[in-house]
Amino acid sequence: MYNFDVERPATIAQAVKALSTEEAQPMSGGQTLIPTLKARLAMPSVLVSLSGIDEMKGVRKNDDGLLCIGGGTTHTTVATEAAAHYPGLAELAARIGDPAVRNRGTLGGSIANNDPSACYPAAVLGSGATVVTNSREIAADDYFLGMFETALHEGELVTEVKFPIPQASHYEKHLQPASRFPLVAVFVAKFEEGVRVAVTGASESGVFRWTEAEEALSGSFKSDTLKDLTLDGSGMISDLHGSGAYRAHLATVMTRRAVDAISD
Amino acid sequence: MPKDSGIGASSKRREDIRFLTGDGNYTDDINIHGQAYVYFLRSDIAHGTLNSVNTDAAATMDGVVKIFTGADFEAVGSIPCGWQITDKHGEVMQEPRHPVLAHGKVRHVGEPIAAVVAETLEQARDAAEAIEVDISELPAVVSMKDAVKEGATKVHDDLTSNLCYDWGFVEENKGAVDQAFKDAAHVTTLELVNNRLVANPMEPRVAVGDFARGTGDHTLYTTSQNPHVIRLLMGAFVLGIPEHKLRVVAPDVGGGFGTKIFHYQEEAFVTFAAKACNRAVKWTSSRSEAFMSDAHGRDHVTKIQLALDKDNNFTALRTDTYANMGAYLSTFAPSVPTWLHGTLMAGNYKTPLIYVNVKAVFTNTVPVDAYRGAGRPEATYQLERLVDKTAHELGVDPIKLRRQNFITEFPYATPVAVEYDTGDYVATMDKLEEIADVAGFAARRKESEAKGKLRGFGVNCYIEACGIAPSNLVGQLGARAGLYESATVRVNATGGLVVMTGSHSHGQGHETTFAQVVAEMIGIDESMVEIVHGDTARVPMGMGTYGSRSLAVGGSAMVRATEKIIAKARKIASHLLEASETDVELKDGAFTVAGTDKSVAWGDVTLAAYVPHNYPLEDIEPGLEETAFYDPSNFTYPSGAYACEVELDPETGQVTIERFSAADDFGNIVNPMIVTGQVHGGLAQGIGQALMENCSYDSDGQLLSASYMDYAMPRASDLPFYDVDHSCQTPCTHNPLGVKGCGEAGAIGSPPAVVNAVLDAMRSGGKDVGHIDMPVSPHRVWEAMNS
Amino acid sequence: MTQVKMTVNGKPASGDVEGRTLLVQFLREDLGLTGTHVGCDTSQCGACVVHVNGQAVKACTMLAIEAEGAEVATIEGQAAADGTLNTIQQAFQDHHGLQCGFCTPGMVMSAAALLKDNPKPTVAEVRHYLDGNICRCTGYHNIVKAIMAASGQDVAAIAAE
Repeated sequence: MYNFDVERPATIAQAVKALSTEEAQPMSGGQTLIPTLKARLAMPSVLVSLSGIDEMKGVRKNDDGLLCIGGGTTHTTVATEAAAHYPGLAELAARIGDPAVRNRGTLGGSIANNDPSACYPAAVLGSGATVVTNSREIAADDYFLGMFETALHEGELVTEVKFPIPQASHYEKHLQPASRFPLVAVFVAKFEEGVRVAVTGASESGVFRWTEAEEALSGSFKSDTLKDLTLDGSGMISDLHGSGAYRAHLATVMTRRAVDAISD
Repeated sequence: MPKDSGIGASSKRREDIRFLTGDGNYTDDINIHGQAYVYFLRSDIAHGTLNSVNTDAAATMDGVVKIFTGADFEAVGSIPCGWQITDKHGEVMQEPRHPVLAHGKVRHVGEPIAAVVAETLEQARDAAEAIEVDISELPAVVSMKDAVKEGATKVHDDLTSNLCYDWGFVEENKGAVDQAFKDAAHVTTLELVNNRLVANPMEPRVAVGDFARGTGDHTLYTTSQNPHVIRLLMGAFVLGIPEHKLRVVAPDVGGGFGTKIFHYQEEAFVTFAAKACNRAVKWTSSRSEAFMSDAHGRDHVTKIQLALDKDNNFTALRTDTYANMGAYLSTFAPSVPTWLHGTLMAGNYKTPLIYVNVKAVFTNTVPVDAYRGAGRPEATYQLERLVDKTAHELGVDPIKLRRQNFITEFPYATPVAVEYDTGDYVATMDKLEEIADVAGFAARRKESEAKGKLRGFGVNCYIEACGIAPSNLVGQLGARAGLYESATVRVNATGGLVVMTGSHSHGQGHETTFAQVVAEMIGIDESMVEIVHGDTARVPMGMGTYGSRSLAVGGSAMVRATEKIIAKARKIASHLLEASETDVELKDGAFTVAGTDKSVAWGDVTLAAYVPHNYPLEDIEPGLEETAFYDPSNFTYPSGAYACEVELDPETGQVTIERFSAADDFGNIVNPMIVTGQVHGGLAQGIGQALMENCSYDSDGQLLSASYMDYAMPRASDLPFYDVDHSCQTPCTHNPLGVKGCGEAGAIGSPPAVVNAVLDAMRSGGKDVGHIDMPVSPHRVWEAMNS
Repeated sequence: MTQVKMTVNGKPASGDVEGRTLLVQFLREDLGLTGTHVGCDTSQCGACVVHVNGQAVKACTMLAIEAEGAEVATIEGQAAADGTLNTIQQAFQDHHGLQCGFCTPGMVMSAAALLKDNPKPTVAEVRHYLDGNICRCTGYHNIVKAIMAASGQDVAAIAAE
């Protein structure tokens, strides 16, 4: 690692101020960033650690019935504290990485990084959640812009994510055997007003909504309604672990299985 | 009733206490006062001309002690290769120079170009980034078959081609083998890849060099399976340091699996640099560095054919293999596809005619050498896949076809130069069918099908030659070293024993099992025996641990030395007892005059040896310390039969291992718990190879699987509990313990069973693809199912 | 350099660290607690697992500065003061749950974290909990068995030898 100074702000305001320094970089749980720093792929002069900001942590239901989760909340906390409110989300959090990673990694860190194979982007997009930052609110549909790209500005922090709670949801994941990230995973959320389907791990553009499946499922929430739907493999990631065509196929299988898991 | 101590007891491991409490002493735990750190600047280009390495700017950076480049090592020897193969034309193999730091050319991604020694590792790395390297990139040689084509780019300009050797075995048999194929009633042909693997012991390699200017003594602390071999290779061939001025210590070593046998540049570098810098120099590999600098394993491409007569008897076998050597010849590399592979092609079968051709090829990849099994997994995989394919082509039961062709009489001289001393392949197959519950498979398949899954059952046999090996034989075969083992047994005055063994334990539990053997021989408590290993200053000589040789060879040396101790102690005891030596017997830690109650305790005899007041000084010297060298007369031949049951998800291609059963014959067993553990670990590595692991390069020679993000290591959730049985025991006839090696069997025997099971599952889903290459990843299965 | 203070295995510990100093470096190099190992650089092998404020974390993927004021537990603090192995350590020895010993400290610390939250896990739960701990020697059979035994569950049905 290149050396850097570490700031440990106690409030969002202090963090925002610290991030105004040249070459400052925020770090939430650090589970992606620290390995990146070890490989010397990043060279911040100041690392602003968000792990001491209590106002960015916690799971609560607000007056509008939204499940509000602080950006600094660890996966482990979401897995336990969201379970009663939004079990599909809690189950997703409970299966990110491994236990030690879940004890450090956070919701905000995950979606700020927007790894094309991360789990949380599927839940945020699949829930139609709202990403709250220190300066504004961003609809999930406007937030994820591509592989490792989001609508966040330099120095802007994900302070909270507000999740509408669906009637039912399920996250179905096929693991990449080495990294244990999803090779392809699908989050299906069934709301009164319709179904949302978000696919992660597959596309070169990062997490995306499979709108044809959403339309079909909003008409009839049965996996059978998906049987003739296919995804195009041409825009999909192709690597050692699977071709684009395979990923496209897996996305359809994961979607059907998620629907079956909800229907059963 | 299981024994609670001595040979045959599952004694708990004494080494566990330090490992479980954080008190182990691994090489990275060693820090020498004033040590500096080295960072190796490694090539990120697979093949290129190294025009210049400019260190001027880097040399002035904070903390830099000294920067070394290839030019600093021109007067230093080449990293040696320990085995010379003679090819089918009688020519010796092509052997390139292997520099400590690249000079003139870079030949694989990861090859060290420069080394920065600095006060801290981060400072060394900072300075390395400031080194200006000018490389003119050349086309990378990656595919073995392309590498040996006329006009191919050469990895080594001073060699005639990229072909290291073209080996034929047994060359005189070739005509008869070809004739047998012409006469065959049936021929089965199979082309397959034995995938390149990375050994990945959990402890990355570490080397710490130290130099005492006052005495001129060098010390190297290193993560090695064989410190004495490193002392010899590095001292004599690379740095020119006499063995008496060089101490090599391999303390607790966190797994080896072959890749810590070899002498590596980093060891030579820190030893050299410690003198040049006049301070200790430490190198700790990162895992990412390990992927591009630890020798890789396997990487064979093979075409194999089996000829049968009209009654399904095997009549001949022939195989053509391309074996990847990588860019340089690692220590044992040339022996792996030849003598450790060709000699095993008979397998468990009485095939009378066999011809093996192996072309070893240089490529712009990391050197390839022995990895758990080393040549024998490659032999077993091709043979056992081929037999399975043959059975399906003929429409006969794969187990029945195997049984029909089993060798049943021992000793058995194969047509590929080895003589199996003992074995009972029928018994291990019988045991396997029992523990694998073959009879219940149909019902289990139905259960899987009810869940929408396909279930497959696969079986294979294996035979391996280990306990390497008779020195005079390996010498004829091209080994540049002997392969004996030594042990020194030192008895203290108060009766305790210290055994200094040349075997090295890096997970095998020798400190426990070796003590069990000696304690049993004398009839004393195991706690009275201490096992010392891993330090050339404490152990007189050693050839180390690899090729499942520790107990069979190192243990035999220890037995011989202990026998000498007992013989001398008997002389002392007979003097003390005033009895004839022939009347004195050793039992339960006391010498007794047969048929009397006259007895002298072990401790009194040992005390007399060191306080020789009442002692036969005219006949024997005081003291009680003996050394033995043991050179085996043959390999040992463990064998067995393995079965795998998989469930296959036809929609995703995901394969899960539902059952894995192993029936092994290891001859006599010292510690069943440890033997079982060795098999478990081997199975996990074999299953890992079959399903998950793959070291992959792109066409530019870039390593694609360069970290645990892309190289799939088996995890707990990928593997089942295993059913392991070693009750079939045909003791080895030529070593004193009657033992056979057990360390590699699991890795040798398991891949074909897994692949055979996957193909069986696919057939049950209506898809007969004939063969699928490892690793049988979900993607590959899905593609095969939809081909 | 920044001074950090924390409690390690119940005892106060402090030292001056750089911003980039990892918790595992502080433990190994500053405190000499070399039982915590480093087996990879991508936060996957788990040889470095310690507990920070009672939770398992990868000490190679946490800055030492972030452990300011924390209660840190390492493998060195697991046995009793007189050296008696704790239940998990003893089960690992009894069931041969280790070979080379390099992954073992992380395995033991992960197992301790699991059993704290889930005192009677199923075999599948144990295996999944170990997703972030790689062992190359044992094939996991005896590790899983040891953890099941440490939880007080009957392991007689799990194949022994």
